[in-house]
Amino acid sequence: MANNDARIAREAQAAEQPALVPPVDVIEDTEGITLYADLPGVPKERLDVHIDGEVLVIDGEMGLEMPKEMEATHVEVSLPRYRRVFTLSRELDPLRMSAELRNGVLKVRIHKAEHARPRRIQVSG
Amino acid sequence: MDFSLFPRDLFAEVERLQRQLQQAFEVSPSIRGLARGTFPALNVATTPQSAEVYAFAPGLDPASIEVQIERGVLSISGEREAALPREEERSSVHLNERFSGRFHRVISLTDDLDANEVRATYREGVLHVSIQRQQAAQPRRIQVN
Repeated sequence: MANNDARIAREAQAAEQPALVPPVDVIEDTEGITLYADLPGVPKERLDVHIDGEVLVIDGEMGLEMPKEMEATHVEVSLPRYRRVFTLSRELDPLRMSAELRNGVLKVRIHKAEHARPRRIQVSG
Repeated sequence: MDFSLFPRDLFAEVERLQRQLQQAFEVSPSIRGLARGTFPALNVATTPQSAEVYAFAPGLDPASIEVQIERGVLSISGEREAALPREEERSSVHLNERFSGRFHRVISLTDDLDANEVRATYREGVLHVSIQRQQAAQPRRIQVN
């Protein structure tokens, strides 16, 4: 219980921090949903992907190594964090999710629950 | 709690705060909202010894990125394939925000940089190009006897 409270507090704090909204592609097929998110600069250790109830949370912090005494002259990426939250629909099964991060692109795959998959109905007679 | 990725002067900090406020009121603030239509996003910084360019270009094969310096202009180009399915597949696209296709960005460099002393690395989707200043242009401490 206390553990859960701590998690909620941490989650609330994370939601308050300013973050960039990463661009995503979301593709649905008969088996499930695939999401791609651009998270350049985020190492695996600083990426958090989880489902909380019906909400998918993607939160990542950049881990760029930068030289000391650096002075910025042109900045297009101004924050070191990405965050985006999606509401899932009920036919998706949160227990059957996989995520992989490669070259700064996160790929999340969530399968549909068994009952939500299309079924071909035999016509007899 | 919150800090700039690339710390700058006071005016830049004010600008950042304004932008942050603006973001807070937008329905969908976006990384592309800051620099729409440009891929990859670029951050440029200098140190006493070098110029440092960071290109936020996720999802590329490092061997396919072309980095060139010609007459004082650094150019970064390449191509990113779409993750979207082919049309004949039975699937539907709900969101399609990520960049795909050919890209090309250029940055003009200052005269004191040495085009022969360049290092480029690609990690976690960020291309980092470091260009050293010419020896003569680097700050030097002069011994007083």
